[in-house]
Amino acid sequence: MATTFAFAESRDGNLRKVAFEAVTAARGAADATGGGEAHALLLGAPGIAARAEELGRYGADVVFVVEHEGLARYNPEVFAATAAGRLRAGDYRAAFFPASAQGRDLAPRTAAALGVSLASDVTDFELQGDAVLARHPGYTGKVILTLRLAGSPALVSLRPGAITPAEQPRTPRVEQAKPAIDPASARVSVTETTQGTGARLDLGEAPVIVSGGRGLRAAENFKLVEELADAFGNAAVGATRAVTDDGWRPATDQIGQTGRNVSPDLYVALGISGAIQHLAGMRTSKTIVAINKDKDAPIFKIADYGIVGDLFEIVPRLTEEVRKARSGH
Amino acid sequence: MKIAVCLKRVPEMELRFSIAGDRKSLDPGGLKYEISDFDGYALEVALQLVEKAGSGEVVAISLGPDGVQETLRKALAMGATRAVQLKADEVPFDGSAVAAALAAELKDAGYDLILFGRMATDTGSGTVGAMTAHLLDLPAVTAISHLELGEGRGTAGRDLEGAFETVSFPLPAVLTIDEGIARPRLATLKGIMAAKKKPLDVRPAELGEVRLTVESMALPPERSGGRIVGEGADAVPELVRLLRTEAKVL
Ligand SMILES: Cc1cc2nc3c(=O)[nH]c(=O)nc-3n(C[C@H](O)[C@H](O)[C@H](O)COP(=O)(O)OP(=O)(O)OC[C@H]3O[C@@H](n4cnc5c(N)ncnc54)[C@H](O)[C@@H]3O)c2cc1C
Ligand SMILES: Nc1ncnc2c1ncn2[C@@H]1O[C@H](COP(=O)(O)O)[C@@H](O)[C@H]1O
Repeated sequence: MATTFAFAESRDGNLRKVAFEAVTAARGAADATGGGEAHALLLGAPGIAARAEELGRYGADVVFVVEHEGLARYNPEVFAATAAGRLRAGDYRAAFFPASAQGRDLAPRTAAALGVSLASDVTDFELQGDAVLARHPGYTGKVILTLRLAGSPALVSLRPGAITPAEQPRTPRVEQAKPAIDPASARVSVTETTQGTGARLDLGEAPVIVSGGRGLRAAENFKLVEELADAFGNAAVGATRAVTDDGWRPATDQIGQTGRNVSPDLYVALGISGAIQHLAGMRTSKTIVAINKDKDAPIFKIADYGIVGDLFEIVPRLTEEVRKARSGH
Repeated sequence: MKIAVCLKRVPEMELRFSIAGDRKSLDPGGLKYEISDFDGYALEVALQLVEKAGSGEVVAISLGPDGVQETLRKALAMGATRAVQLKADEVPFDGSAVAAALAAELKDAGYDLILFGRMATDTGSGTVGAMTAHLLDLPAVTAISHLELGEGRGTAGRDLEGAFETVSFPLPAVLTIDEGIARPRLATLKGIMAAKKKPLDVRPAELGEVRLTVESMALPPERSGGRIVGEGADAVPELVRLLRTEAKVL
């Protein structure tokens, strides 16, 4: 029986999907040791405690809540010191962070503060004796590594989307805690956060991603991509670097080695050739669909389903059929 | 302005990889090496900052076997002032072990900025920069795609999945560089000639304890079952049927 830990990421007072993924992982790891407790840590502005119950739904037994006026935004030094403090206070076997933008900053800081090692961007894991075996796509996704992580707590950051949140409801015990250092004393401070256009789901959260490449030919044609995403109802829009470089889409939409790494249930690639730098960010998607007029485009090598042809003819038809399928016809 | 840049030598990612007989390393036959992408951006940022300041130095540091000297010569050819190899026959996968050695080299050396790549393209980890900063007790901002420096302080911008964060930090500081600030320049012939005479010191790497190791490596399963459903818009109904009944994503 061992206790495990999950960092519950929030934004603007709401939990992110990656928080449920981390709690699901912590729950699974605790159960694998014969049923220990899964603890979660939640930091934010006053009021964030109201979100603790939701973590119980995914199997958190205890939620430590740190509320402070200075924590409405991510504060790297305070978050890391507080997470490290919590991990030092308990006898944690393993600790899970999201490998999201925030978690990728937080996890290595926390590991360094504790003097332990970190397995990053993990897609699957297993406890083995005193170690954790973690799977991680390296070399821009071209090699799958199995890593052995020794030491306690074993710190793991999880690739967003790799773990499916599983409901295992319970009423968590909620404990109020304090930031380990005064937010006002942090050397690094976030002075401004500007939101993207993001009315749609975030790329890291969406079960479906519809991505467009240079084959779309012009910025205005992305409305085809958006319409298909809307037809799915639960989709985000992504793009290749060719597209973001040309300013057809914001840089934040870029998927790939130098953009976002995603693993949605379904990835639809429209007019995308499938350069390795793009594949690096999406090849772990569960199902991949490609539409390309070039039957030899490399994207077809990793696609589960492909259609060869002109996307300007195919996509409107696909949008219509998806809409029908979703409305139950 | 005195800037250190930590550069990792990685295999060229475009090449076809095969796994060695030990099942835990790449078959070295046919591998070629390059500076990890983000580290190249970091080096360019450092060169531009020193050029803008009008004086200072850019020190390129790489931990690894003697092969990294070639990587460092390339950095010198691009314009780095001098280079340091932290010699280790093997580079551990564990970022905390690498960070310990880099911190030992960087400690008390008077750098205004210490730059890293956002992540190395081989490990895909993105841990060494933040860990080194902790060991040096320096403020750190990671994965930045925008940078402005003022008197004793700087402002960095970072992407936060749909949001953009502006961060203020004091100097000296550690920064890890994402794409977007600067594209690496090409070395000129003059640069390549000059690089031959620039200092490249070699010191043993004081690696930290290794707790994260590669147990095995495998090539990703070929996504088998991949198939062309058909050509043109007529193939759409069949695709949608497969998405419903086989992939169960609709
Ligand atoms: C260091 C580095 C980092 C990089 N990082 C990234 C990254 O993070 N993400 C990324 O995406 N790229 C990245 N790239 C760029 C990458 O190498 C490719 O250039 C890029 O992914 C190509 O984008 P694309 O597929 O949209 O364009 P193209 O390669 O031009 O492909 C367009 C495709 O559209 C098809 N097409 C054209 N018209 C039609 C039509 N009417 N109907 C159907 N299909 C059509 C064509 O057949 C073609 O296959 C990086 C490159 C480097 C060097
Ligand atoms: N062996 C190394 N020598 C020099 N710098 C390194 C080395 N390994 C990692 N780094 C630096 O740390 C960054 C992050 O590496 P990683 O944590 O492995 O993704 C890299 O982009 C480099 O800037």
